[in-house]
Amino acid sequence: MKQDLPFLEMEGTPRVPVVLDGTPIDLPDGANLAAALLAAGVDVFRQTPVSGAPRGPFCMMGACFDCLVEIDGVARQACMMQVAHGLQITRPQGRTAAYGGDDEPA
Amino acid sequence: MSPRDLVVIGAGPAGMAAAAKAAKLGLGVAILDEQPQPGGQIYRDVDRVAPLRGDILGADYAHGTTLTEGLRDAGVDHIPGAVVWAIEDGFRISYTKEGRGAQIAADRILLATGALERPMPVPGWTLPGVMTAGAGQILLKQSGVLARDAVLVGSGPLLYLIAAQMVRAGTPPRAMVETQSAHDLMRAARHIGGAMRGWPYFAKGLRMLAEITRARVPRYTGATDIAIEGTDRADAVTFTLKGRAHRLSCRTVFLHHGVVPNTQAARSIGVSHGWDAAQACFVPKVNSWGESDVPGVFIAGDGTGIGGAKAAEIAGEIAALKVAQDAGRIAIEARDRQAARLRAAAAREMAARPFLDRAYPPFAEALAPADATVICRCEEVTAGDIRGYARLGCRGPNQAKAFGRSGMGPCQGRYCGLTVTALLAEANGQSPDATGYFRIRAPLKPVTLGELAAMDEIAQDAAE
Repeated sequence: MKQDLPFLEMEGTPRVPVVLDGTPIDLPDGANLAAALLAAGVDVFRQTPVSGAPRGPFCMMGACFDCLVEIDGVARQACMMQVAHGLQITRPQGRTAAYGGDDEPA
Repeated sequence: MSPRDLVVIGAGPAGMAAAAKAAKLGLGVAILDEQPQPGGQIYRDVDRVAPLRGDILGADYAHGTTLTEGLRDAGVDHIPGAVVWAIEDGFRISYTKEGRGAQIAADRILLATGALERPMPVPGWTLPGVMTAGAGQILLKQSGVLARDAVLVGSGPLLYLIAAQMVRAGTPPRAMVETQSAHDLMRAARHIGGAMRGWPYFAKGLRMLAEITRARVPRYTGATDIAIEGTDRADAVTFTLKGRAHRLSCRTVFLHHGVVPNTQAARSIGVSHGWDAAQACFVPKVNSWGESDVPGVFIAGDGTGIGGAKAAEIAGEIAALKVAQDAGRIAIEARDRQAARLRAAAAREMAARPFLDRAYPPFAEALAPADATVICRCEEVTAGDIRGYARLGCRGPNQAKAFGRSGMGPCQGRYCGLTVTALLAEANGQSPDATGYFRIRAPLKPVTLGELAAMDEIAQDAAE
Protein backbone atom coordinates (compact mmCIF):
# COMPACT_ATOMS: atom_id res chain seq x y z
CA MET A 1 0.00 0.00 0.00
CA LYS A 2 2.72 2.45 1.08
CA GLN A 3 4.51 1.68 -2.19
CA ASP A 4 1.53 3.09 -4.06
CA LEU A 5 1.72 6.55 -2.49
CA PRO A 6 3.18 9.36 -4.62
CA PHE A 7 5.69 10.31 -1.91
CA LEU A 8 8.27 8.38 0.06
CA GLU A 9 9.53 9.31 3.54
CA MET A 10 13.23 8.96 4.34
CA GLU A 11 13.05 9.67 8.07
CA GLY A 12 11.48 7.43 10.68
CA THR A 13 10.36 10.18 13.06
CA PRO A 14 8.11 9.07 15.97
CA ARG A 15 4.46 9.70 15.20
CA VAL A 16 1.75 11.49 17.10
CA PRO A 17 -2.03 11.29 16.61
CA VAL A 18 -3.87 14.16 14.89
CA VAL A 19 -7.40 14.35 13.47
CA LEU A 20 -8.04 15.05 9.78
CA ASP A 21 -11.69 15.75 8.91
CA GLY A 22 -12.79 13.71 11.92
CA THR A 23 -10.53 10.75 11.10
CA PRO A 24 -7.58 9.92 13.37
CA ILE A 25 -4.22 9.79 11.57
CA ASP A 26 -0.64 9.51 12.84
CA LEU A 27 1.95 12.00 11.54
CA PRO A 28 5.66 12.52 12.32
CA ASP A 29 6.01 14.68 15.43
CA GLY A 30 7.32 18.17 14.69
CA ALA A 31 7.36 17.62 10.91
CA ASN A 32 6.25 20.24 8.42
CA LEU A 33 2.49 19.68 8.31
CA ALA A 34 2.09 20.00 4.53
CA ALA A 35 4.96 17.57 3.90
CA ALA A 36 3.59 15.14 6.48
CA LEU A 37 0.12 15.15 4.92
CA LEU A 38 1.55 14.66 1.41
CA ALA A 39 3.65 11.74 2.64
CA ALA A 40 0.53 10.26 4.26
CA GLY A 41 -1.14 10.23 0.84
CA VAL A 42 -3.29 13.35 1.24
CA ASP A 43 -3.26 15.23 -2.07
CA VAL A 44 -6.31 17.51 -2.01
CA PHE A 45 -5.93 20.00 0.86
CA ARG A 46 -8.92 22.21 0.08
CA GLN A 47 -11.40 23.29 -2.55
CA THR A 48 -11.26 26.87 -3.77
CA PRO A 49 -13.92 29.39 -2.76
CA VAL A 50 -14.32 30.57 -6.38
CA SER A 51 -15.03 27.35 -8.31
CA GLY A 52 -14.60 24.53 -5.81
CA ALA A 53 -11.46 23.35 -7.64
CA PRO A 54 -9.17 21.00 -5.69
CA ARG A 55 -5.83 22.36 -4.48
CA GLY A 56 -2.77 21.09 -2.67
CA PRO A 57 0.64 22.42 -1.67
CA PHE A 58 2.36 24.32 -4.48
CA CYS A 59 5.24 26.46 -3.15
CA MET A 60 6.03 24.94 0.29
CA MET A 61 7.36 28.33 1.44
CA GLY A 62 4.37 30.28 2.66
CA ALA A 63 3.86 32.33 -0.50
CA CYS A 64 1.03 30.74 -2.52
CA PHE A 65 -1.61 29.92 0.14
CA ASP A 66 -2.80 26.87 -1.81
CA CYS A 67 -2.18 24.54 1.16
CA LEU A 68 -4.64 26.36 3.43
CA VAL A 69 -6.30 24.09 5.96
CA GLU A 70 -8.25 24.88 9.09
CA ILE A 71 -6.43 24.18 12.32
CA ASP A 72 -8.69 24.31 15.33
CA GLY A 73 -11.09 26.41 13.24
CA VAL A 74 -8.56 28.97 11.92
CA ALA A 75 -7.35 28.97 8.28
CA ARG A 76 -3.59 28.35 8.29
CA GLN A 77 -0.93 27.52 5.72
CA ALA A 78 -0.09 23.85 6.28
CA CYS A 79 3.44 24.42 4.92
CA MET A 80 4.10 26.93 7.72
CA MET A 81 2.87 24.65 10.53
CA GLN A 82 4.51 21.87 12.47
CA VAL A 83 2.78 18.62 13.39
CA ALA A 84 1.80 18.54 17.05
CA HIS A 85 -0.10 15.99 19.16
CA GLY A 86 -3.86 16.36 18.83
CA LEU A 87 -4.03 18.93 15.99
CA GLN A 88 -7.57 19.20 14.67
CA ILE A 89 -7.25 19.63 10.89
CA THR A 90 -10.18 20.34 8.58
CA ARG A 91 -9.95 20.63 4.82
CA PRO A 92 -11.87 23.72 3.64
CA GLN A 93 -14.64 23.01 1.15
CA GLY A 94 -15.78 25.50 -1.45
CA ARG A 95 -17.33 28.76 -0.41
CA THR A 96 -16.17 28.84 3.20
CA ALA A 97 -12.59 28.23 2.12
CA ALA A 98 -11.41 31.86 1.98
CA TYR A 99 -8.59 32.85 4.32
CA GLY A 100 -10.04 33.85 7.67
CA GLY A 101 -13.53 32.51 6.96
CA ASP A 102 -16.47 33.32 4.75
CA ASP A 103 -15.90 35.97 2.12
CA GLU A 104 -19.07 37.51 0.74
CA PRO A 105 -18.97 38.40 -2.96
CA ALA A 106 -18.95 42.13 -3.73
CA MET B 1 13.04 48.81 24.05
CA SER B 2 15.02 51.29 21.96
CA PRO B 3 15.26 50.79 18.19
CA ARG B 4 17.80 48.28 16.92
CA ASP B 5 20.61 49.66 14.80
CA LEU B 6 19.56 47.19 12.11
CA VAL B 7 16.67 44.81 11.61
CA VAL B 8 17.15 42.23 8.86
CA ILE B 9 14.12 40.56 7.33
CA GLY B 10 14.82 37.06 6.05
CA ALA B 11 17.43 34.56 7.31
CA GLY B 12 18.69 33.19 4.00
CA PRO B 13 22.28 33.68 2.80
CA ALA B 14 22.06 37.47 2.31
CA GLY B 15 20.24 38.10 5.59
CA MET B 16 22.42 35.82 7.72
CA ALA B 17 25.67 37.20 6.26
CA ALA B 18 24.52 40.82 6.64
CA ALA B 19 23.27 40.35 10.19
CA ALA B 20 26.44 38.61 11.33
CA LYS B 21 28.73 41.15 9.65
CA ALA B 22 26.85 44.14 11.09
CA ALA B 23 26.79 42.61 14.57
CA LYS B 24 30.53 41.90 14.42
CA LEU B 25 31.07 45.55 13.58
CA GLY B 26 29.28 46.46 16.80
CA LEU B 27 25.70 47.12 15.72
CA GLY B 28 22.68 45.90 17.65
CA VAL B 29 21.05 43.56 15.13
CA ALA B 30 17.85 41.52 15.05
CA ILE B 31 16.87 39.18 12.23
CA LEU B 32 13.24 38.21 11.62
CA ASP B 33 12.47 35.04 9.70
CA GLU B 34 9.31 33.11 8.87
CA GLN B 35 10.87 29.69 9.30
CA PRO B 36 11.52 27.99 12.64
CA GLN B 37 15.24 27.56 11.75
CA PRO B 38 17.65 29.90 9.93
CA GLY B 39 18.76 29.11 6.37
CA GLY B 40 16.13 30.56 4.07
CA GLN B 41 14.86 28.32 1.30
CA ILE B 42 18.28 27.48 -0.17
CA TYR B 43 19.71 26.33 3.18
CA ARG B 44 16.40 25.32 4.70
CA ASP B 45 16.82 23.63 8.10
CA VAL B 46 20.50 23.14 7.25
CA ASP B 47 21.78 22.63 10.82
CA ARG B 48 19.57 19.59 11.36
CA VAL B 49 19.54 18.27 7.80
CA ALA B 50 23.16 18.60 6.58
CA PRO B 51 24.36 15.76 8.86
CA LEU B 52 21.34 13.61 7.87
CA ARG B 53 21.46 13.87 4.08
CA GLY B 54 24.29 16.19 3.12
CA ASP B 55 25.50 13.44 0.76
CA ILE B 56 22.30 13.77 -1.27
CA LEU B 57 22.00 17.54 -1.10
CA GLY B 58 25.66 18.27 -1.80
CA ALA B 59 28.46 20.44 -0.42
CA ASP B 60 26.85 23.69 -1.61
CA TYR B 61 23.92 23.02 0.72
CA ALA B 62 26.11 22.08 3.67
CA HIS B 63 27.96 25.41 3.23
CA GLY B 64 24.87 26.98 4.84
CA THR B 65 26.03 25.77 8.27
CA THR B 66 28.91 28.27 8.13
CA LEU B 67 26.30 31.04 7.86
CA THR B 68 24.05 29.78 10.67
CA GLU B 69 27.16 29.39 12.81
CA GLY B 70 28.20 32.94 11.95
CA LEU B 71 24.78 34.18 12.96
CA ARG B 72 25.03 32.52 16.38
CA ASP B 73 28.64 33.55 17.00
CA ALA B 74 27.98 37.21 16.18
CA GLY B 75 25.30 37.53 18.87
CA VAL B 76 22.50 38.45 16.49
CA ASP B 77 19.02 38.39 18.01
CA HIS B 78 17.40 35.74 15.78
CA ILE B 79 13.59 35.85 15.93
CA PRO B 80 12.29 32.72 14.15
CA GLY B 81 8.72 31.98 13.15
CA ALA B 82 8.10 35.69 12.61
CA VAL B 83 5.80 36.59 9.70
CA VAL B 84 6.31 40.27 8.85
CA TRP B 85 3.13 41.98 7.66
CA ALA B 86 3.87 45.69 7.91
CA ILE B 87 6.88 48.01 7.73
CA GLU B 88 6.23 51.61 8.65
CA ASP B 89 8.43 54.67 8.43
CA GLY B 90 10.85 55.22 11.16
CA PHE B 91 11.05 52.06 11.16
CA ARG B 92 8.41 50.05 12.93
CA ILE B 93 8.03 46.45 11.80
CA SER B 94 4.91 44.47 12.68
CA TYR B 95 4.92 40.70 12.63
CA THR B 96 3.04 37.68 13.88
CA LYS B 97 4.70 34.99 15.94
CA GLU B 98 2.96 32.03 17.55
CA GLY B 99 -0.48 33.54 17.09
CA ARG B 100 0.38 36.96 18.55
CA GLY B 101 1.16 40.25 16.90
CA ALA B 102 4.44 41.94 17.85
CA GLN B 103 6.50 44.93 16.79
CA ILE B 104 10.15 45.85 16.64
CA ALA B 105 11.72 49.25 15.94
CA ALA B 106 14.84 49.82 13.84
CA ASP B 107 17.01 52.71 12.65
CA ARG B 108 17.76 50.87 9.43
CA ILE B 109 16.31 47.81 7.76
CA LEU B 110 17.75 45.31 5.35
CA LEU B 111 15.31 43.32 3.23
CA ALA B 112 16.69 39.89 2.41
CA THR B 113 13.47 38.28 1.27
CA GLY B 114 15.04 36.40 -1.60
CA ALA B 115 13.27 34.99 -4.59
CA LEU B 116 10.05 33.31 -5.63
CA GLU B 117 9.60 30.81 -8.42
CA ARG B 118 8.73 32.58 -11.65
CA PRO B 119 5.02 31.88 -12.17
CA MET B 120 4.62 29.10 -14.76
CA PRO B 121 0.97 29.15 -15.82
CA VAL B 122 0.40 26.18 -18.11
CA PRO B 123 -2.90 24.31 -18.43
CA GLY B 124 -3.45 22.23 -15.29
CA TRP B 125 -0.80 23.96 -13.13
CA THR B 126 -3.30 24.44 -10.29
CA LEU B 127 -3.99 20.70 -9.87
CA PRO B 128 -2.90 18.97 -6.65
CA GLY B 129 0.34 17.12 -7.39
CA VAL B 130 1.74 20.04 -9.38
CA MET B 131 4.32 21.99 -7.39
CA THR B 132 7.27 24.25 -8.00
CA ALA B 133 10.67 22.58 -8.28
CA GLY B 134 11.64 24.67 -5.29
CA ALA B 135 8.80 23.06 -3.35
CA GLY B 136 10.07 19.64 -4.37
CA GLN B 137 13.48 20.55 -3.09
CA ILE B 138 12.09 21.92 0.17
CA LEU B 139 10.24 18.62 0.70
CA LEU B 140 13.50 16.75 0.26
CA LYS B 141 15.62 19.13 2.33
CA GLN B 142 13.45 19.84 5.30
CA SER B 143 11.25 16.76 5.48
CA GLY B 144 13.07 13.97 3.67
CA VAL B 145 9.98 13.47 1.52
CA LEU B 146 10.64 12.29 -2.03
CA ALA B 147 8.39 12.04 -5.07
CA ARG B 148 8.44 8.51 -6.50
CA ASP B 149 7.53 9.29 -10.11
CA ALA B 150 7.89 13.04 -10.64
CA VAL B 151 8.18 14.66 -14.04
CA LEU B 152 10.31 17.81 -13.99
CA VAL B 153 9.09 20.47 -16.39
CA GLY B 154 10.77 23.70 -17.49
CA SER B 155 14.36 24.85 -17.65
CA GLY B 156 17.35 26.06 -15.73
CA PRO B 157 20.09 24.95 -13.35
CA LEU B 158 17.73 24.34 -10.42
CA LEU B 159 15.87 21.74 -12.46
CA TYR B 160 19.13 19.81 -12.98
CA LEU B 161 20.09 20.22 -9.34
CA ILE B 162 16.87 18.72 -8.03
CA ALA B 163 17.01 15.95 -10.63
CA ALA B 164 20.56 15.07 -9.54
CA GLN B 165 19.53 15.13 -5.88
CA MET B 166 16.60 12.83 -6.63
CA VAL B 167 18.95 10.45 -8.45
CA ARG B 168 21.29 10.40 -5.44
CA ALA B 169 18.35 9.76 -3.11
CA GLY B 170 17.37 6.69 -5.15
CA THR B 171 14.15 8.11 -6.63
CA PRO B 172 15.17 9.50 -10.04
CA PRO B 173 12.57 11.60 -11.83
CA ARG B 174 10.36 9.78 -14.28
CA ALA B 175 11.48 12.27 -16.96
CA MET B 176 12.62 15.81 -17.61
CA VAL B 177 10.53 17.85 -20.03
CA GLU B 178 12.77 20.80 -20.89
CA THR B 179 11.62 23.97 -22.56
CA GLN B 180 14.92 25.49 -23.69
CA SER B 181 15.93 24.84 -27.28
CA ALA B 182 19.16 24.36 -29.21
CA HIS B 183 18.56 27.88 -30.51
CA ASP B 184 18.71 29.25 -26.94
CA LEU B 185 22.00 27.48 -26.40
CA MET B 186 23.42 29.03 -29.57
CA ARG B 187 22.33 32.50 -28.47
CA ALA B 188 23.99 31.85 -25.12
CA ALA B 189 27.22 30.72 -26.78
CA ARG B 190 28.58 34.25 -27.17
CA HIS B 191 28.54 34.48 -23.37
CA ILE B 192 30.56 31.30 -23.03
CA GLY B 193 33.57 33.35 -21.91
CA GLY B 194 31.65 34.44 -18.84
CA ALA B 195 30.55 30.89 -18.25
CA MET B 196 34.17 29.78 -18.33
CA ARG B 197 35.17 32.53 -15.88
CA GLY B 198 32.45 31.13 -13.68
CA TRP B 199 33.89 27.68 -14.40
CA PRO B 200 33.06 26.05 -11.04
CA TYR B 201 29.37 26.48 -11.91
CA PHE B 202 29.91 25.24 -15.42
CA ALA B 203 31.74 22.16 -14.13
CA LYS B 204 29.03 21.51 -11.54
CA GLY B 205 26.37 21.78 -14.22
CA LEU B 206 28.15 19.22 -16.39
CA ARG B 207 28.56 16.87 -13.41
CA MET B 208 24.85 17.09 -12.62
CA LEU B 209 23.94 16.39 -16.24
CA ALA B 210 26.24 13.36 -16.19
CA GLU B 211 24.52 12.05 -13.05
CA ILE B 212 21.10 12.48 -14.68
CA THR B 213 22.26 10.76 -17.88
CA ARG B 214 23.87 7.86 -15.97
CA ALA B 215 20.57 7.27 -14.17
CA ARG B 216 18.92 7.04 -17.61
CA VAL B 217 16.40 9.77 -16.84
CA PRO B 218 14.70 10.52 -20.18
CA ARG B 219 15.18 14.13 -21.27
CA TYR B 220 12.82 15.78 -23.73
CA THR B 221 14.41 19.06 -24.81
CA GLY B 222 12.60 21.84 -26.67
CA ALA B 223 9.10 20.75 -25.60
CA THR B 224 6.07 22.90 -26.46
CA ASP B 225 2.28 22.73 -25.89
CA ILE B 226 2.92 21.67 -22.31
CA ALA B 227 -0.13 20.82 -20.22
CA ILE B 228 -0.92 18.82 -17.11
CA GLU B 229 -3.88 16.45 -17.28
CA GLY B 230 -6.07 15.41 -14.40
CA THR B 231 -9.40 16.05 -12.72
CA ASP B 232 -8.87 15.93 -8.95
CA ARG B 233 -5.08 15.68 -9.18
CA ALA B 234 -2.31 15.51 -11.75
CA ASP B 235 -2.37 12.30 -13.83
CA ALA B 236 -0.01 13.11 -16.69
CA VAL B 237 2.12 15.70 -18.48
CA THR B 238 1.44 16.17 -22.18
CA PHE B 239 3.63 18.03 -24.69
CA THR B 240 4.75 18.21 -28.28
CA LEU B 241 8.28 17.51 -29.46
CA LYS B 242 9.34 17.69 -33.10
CA GLY B 243 5.71 17.57 -34.18
CA ARG B 244 4.94 14.48 -32.12
CA ALA B 245 2.52 14.43 -29.17
CA HIS B 246 3.77 12.85 -25.93
CA ARG B 247 2.00 11.84 -22.74
CA LEU B 248 3.84 10.86 -19.57
CA SER B 249 1.69 9.57 -16.73
CA CYS B 250 2.81 10.70 -13.29
CA ARG B 251 1.39 11.86 -9.98
CA THR B 252 3.85 14.64 -9.26
CA VAL B 253 4.97 17.46 -11.52
CA PHE B 254 7.70 19.91 -10.53
CA LEU B 255 7.58 23.15 -12.52
CA HIS B 256 10.48 25.58 -12.87
CA HIS B 257 11.61 28.19 -15.34
CA GLY B 258 13.71 30.40 -13.16
CA VAL B 259 13.23 32.40 -10.00
CA VAL B 260 12.46 36.11 -9.67
CA PRO B 261 13.02 38.65 -6.89
CA ASN B 262 10.39 38.70 -4.16
CA THR B 263 9.65 42.42 -4.18
CA GLN B 264 6.57 42.49 -1.90
CA ALA B 265 8.19 44.08 1.16
CA ALA B 266 10.26 46.59 -0.84
CA ARG B 267 7.26 47.70 -2.85
CA SER B 268 5.13 48.08 0.27
CA ILE B 269 7.45 50.82 1.56
CA GLY B 270 7.75 52.66 -1.73
CA VAL B 271 11.10 51.46 -3.09
CA SER B 272 11.29 52.19 -6.85
CA HIS B 273 11.45 49.22 -9.19
CA GLY B 274 12.37 48.85 -12.84
CA TRP B 275 12.13 46.15 -15.49
CA ASP B 276 15.22 43.98 -16.00
CA ALA B 277 15.00 42.72 -19.57
CA ALA B 278 17.83 40.16 -19.23
CA GLN B 279 16.11 38.42 -16.31
CA ALA B 280 12.54 39.28 -17.45
CA CYS B 281 11.40 40.55 -14.06
CA PHE B 282 11.13 43.69 -11.97
CA VAL B 283 14.05 44.53 -9.68
CA PRO B 284 14.29 47.18 -6.97
CA LYS B 285 16.51 50.15 -7.73
CA VAL B 286 19.52 49.91 -5.43
CA ASN B 287 23.05 51.30 -5.54
CA SER B 288 26.24 49.23 -5.33
CA TRP B 289 25.77 48.94 -1.53
CA GLY B 290 22.24 47.62 -1.85
CA GLU B 291 20.86 50.95 -0.67
CA SER B 292 17.40 51.73 -2.07
CA ASP B 293 15.89 55.14 -2.83
CA VAL B 294 14.04 55.01 0.51
CA PRO B 295 16.50 56.31 3.14
CA GLY B 296 17.55 53.63 5.61
CA VAL B 297 16.22 50.75 3.51
CA PHE B 298 18.80 48.28 2.16
CA ILE B 299 18.12 45.22 0.02
CA ALA B 300 20.54 42.35 -0.57
CA GLY B 301 20.55 38.99 -2.28
CA ASP B 302 18.24 37.54 -4.89
CA GLY B 303 15.68 40.19 -3.92
CA THR B 304 17.72 42.67 -6.00
CA GLY B 305 18.11 40.37 -9.03
CA ILE B 306 18.96 36.70 -9.30
CA GLY B 307 22.57 35.82 -8.56
CA GLY B 308 22.36 32.73 -6.38
CA ALA B 309 23.28 31.92 -2.80
CA LYS B 310 26.99 32.79 -2.82
CA ALA B 311 26.39 36.12 -4.54
CA ALA B 312 23.65 36.81 -1.99
CA GLU B 313 25.99 36.11 0.89
CA ILE B 314 28.54 38.56 -0.50
CA ALA B 315 25.89 41.21 -1.18
CA GLY B 316 24.73 40.88 2.42
CA GLU B 317 28.22 41.61 3.70
CA ILE B 318 28.62 44.56 1.35
CA ALA B 319 25.33 46.07 2.54
CA ALA B 320 26.36 45.50 6.17
CA LEU B 321 29.56 47.50 5.59
CA LYS B 322 27.57 50.52 4.40
CA VAL B 323 25.07 50.17 7.26
CA ALA B 324 27.93 50.04 9.75
CA GLN B 325 29.64 53.06 8.23
CA ASP B 326 26.36 55.01 8.32
CA ALA B 327 26.08 54.09 11.99
CA GLY B 328 29.63 55.29 12.62
CA ARG B 329 31.03 51.82 13.38
CA ILE B 330 33.55 51.62 10.56
CA ALA B 331 35.62 54.24 8.76
CA ILE B 332 35.04 54.88 5.09
CA GLU B 333 38.57 53.68 4.16
CA ALA B 334 38.18 50.37 5.99
CA ARG B 335 34.71 49.94 4.53
CA ASP B 336 35.96 50.48 1.00
CA ARG B 337 38.99 48.23 1.46
CA GLN B 338 36.79 45.35 2.62
CA ALA B 339 34.16 46.05 0.00
CA ALA B 340 36.70 45.92 -2.83
CA ARG B 341 37.60 42.33 -1.96
CA LEU B 342 33.93 41.39 -1.71
CA ARG B 343 33.09 43.04 -5.03
CA ALA B 344 35.82 41.06 -6.80
CA ALA B 345 34.36 37.84 -5.36
CA ALA B 346 30.84 38.93 -6.40
CA ALA B 347 32.01 39.50 -9.97
CA ARG B 348 33.36 35.93 -10.09
CA GLU B 349 30.04 34.61 -8.76
CA MET B 350 28.06 36.54 -11.36
CA ALA B 351 30.29 35.69 -14.34
CA ALA B 352 28.22 32.74 -15.52
CA ARG B 353 24.89 34.55 -15.11
CA PRO B 354 24.55 36.09 -18.62
CA PHE B 355 25.19 32.64 -20.13
CA LEU B 356 22.63 30.96 -17.86
CA ASP B 357 19.99 33.66 -18.43
CA ARG B 358 20.21 33.10 -22.18
CA ALA B 359 20.71 29.34 -22.27
CA TYR B 360 17.66 28.80 -20.02
CA PRO B 361 15.18 31.56 -20.85
CA PRO B 362 11.66 31.57 -19.40
CA PHE B 363 9.20 29.30 -21.22
CA ALA B 364 7.50 31.48 -23.85
CA GLU B 365 4.12 29.71 -23.52
CA ALA B 366 4.04 30.44 -19.81
CA LEU B 367 4.89 34.12 -20.33
CA ALA B 368 1.96 34.52 -22.72
CA PRO B 369 -0.43 31.71 -21.75
CA ALA B 370 -3.38 30.53 -23.83
CA ASP B 371 -6.68 32.28 -23.10
CA ALA B 372 -8.17 29.37 -21.11
CA THR B 373 -5.20 29.05 -18.73
CA VAL B 374 -5.72 30.22 -15.14
CA ILE B 375 -3.05 32.82 -14.36
CA CYS B 376 -4.28 34.05 -10.95
CA ARG B 377 -4.43 30.91 -8.81
CA CYS B 378 -6.27 32.57 -5.92
CA GLU B 379 -9.10 34.25 -7.80
CA GLU B 380 -9.04 31.87 -10.79
CA VAL B 381 -8.65 34.57 -13.41
CA THR B 382 -7.56 33.36 -16.87
CA ALA B 383 -5.17 34.86 -19.40
CA GLY B 384 -8.18 35.42 -21.66
CA ASP B 385 -9.88 37.40 -18.89
CA ILE B 386 -6.88 39.75 -18.66
CA ARG B 387 -6.76 40.19 -22.45
CA GLY B 388 -10.49 40.92 -22.34
CA TYR B 389 -9.93 43.64 -19.71
CA ALA B 390 -7.30 45.19 -21.99
CA ARG B 391 -9.83 45.30 -24.83
CA LEU B 392 -12.19 47.16 -22.49
CA GLY B 393 -9.49 49.75 -21.84
CA CYS B 394 -7.61 48.31 -18.87
CA ARG B 395 -4.05 49.70 -18.97
CA GLY B 396 -2.41 48.43 -15.81
CA PRO B 397 -2.44 45.71 -13.14
CA ASN B 398 -4.12 47.86 -10.49
CA GLN B 399 -7.01 48.61 -12.80
CA ALA B 400 -7.18 44.89 -13.61
CA LYS B 401 -7.98 44.22 -9.95
CA ALA B 402 -11.20 46.20 -10.32
CA PHE B 403 -12.06 44.30 -13.50
CA GLY B 404 -11.63 40.82 -12.09
CA ARG B 405 -9.79 40.56 -8.74
CA SER B 406 -6.51 39.19 -10.14
CA GLY B 407 -3.89 39.68 -7.44
CA MET B 408 -6.46 40.25 -4.69
CA GLY B 409 -6.43 36.76 -3.16
CA PRO B 410 -4.32 35.68 -0.21
CA CYS B 411 -1.07 35.35 -2.22
CA GLN B 412 -1.42 39.05 -3.08
CA GLY B 413 -0.15 38.68 -6.61
CA ARG B 414 3.02 36.77 -5.80
CA TYR B 415 2.16 34.10 -8.39
CA CYS B 416 0.28 36.21 -10.96
CA GLY B 417 1.82 39.68 -10.82
CA LEU B 418 4.45 39.24 -13.52
CA THR B 419 1.96 37.42 -15.77
CA VAL B 420 -0.63 40.17 -15.43
CA THR B 421 1.98 42.82 -16.29
CA ALA B 422 3.20 40.78 -19.29
CA LEU B 423 -0.31 40.16 -20.64
CA LEU B 424 -1.38 43.81 -20.31
CA ALA B 425 1.93 45.05 -21.75
CA GLU B 426 1.50 42.81 -24.78
CA ALA B 427 -2.19 43.59 -25.28
CA ASN B 428 -1.67 47.35 -24.98
CA GLY B 429 1.63 47.51 -26.87
CA GLN B 430 3.31 49.04 -23.81
CA SER B 431 6.59 48.27 -22.05
CA PRO B 432 6.49 46.42 -18.71
CA ASP B 433 7.74 49.61 -17.02
CA ALA B 434 4.91 51.67 -18.52
CA THR B 435 2.41 48.94 -17.60
CA GLY B 436 3.66 48.78 -14.00
CA TYR B 437 2.95 46.30 -11.25
CA PHE B 438 0.44 45.73 -8.47
CA ARG B 439 0.54 48.33 -5.71
CA ILE B 440 1.58 46.30 -2.67
CA ARG B 441 0.25 47.37 0.71
CA ALA B 442 0.32 46.09 4.26
CA PRO B 443 -0.67 43.61 5.51
CA LEU B 444 1.92 41.73 3.43
CA LYS B 445 0.59 38.45 4.80
CA PRO B 446 -2.90 37.88 6.17
CA VAL B 447 -3.20 38.67 9.87
CA THR B 448 -6.21 37.71 11.98
CA LEU B 449 -8.06 40.02 14.37
CA GLY B 450 -7.19 37.56 17.10
CA GLU B 451 -3.48 37.99 16.35
CA LEU B 452 -3.91 41.77 16.40
CA ALA B 453 -5.86 41.65 19.66
CA ALA B 454 -3.03 39.61 21.19
CA MET B 455 -0.45 42.19 20.03
CA ASP B 456 2.35 42.75 22.49
CA GLU B 457 2.61 46.32 23.72
CA ILE B 458 4.92 48.32 21.45
CA ALA B 459 7.92 49.58 23.33
CA GLN B 460 6.99 53.04 24.63
CA ASP B 461 10.11 54.84 23.46
CA ALA B 462 9.67 53.47 19.96
CA ALA B 463 6.05 54.61 19.73
CA GLU B 464 6.77 58.19 20.80
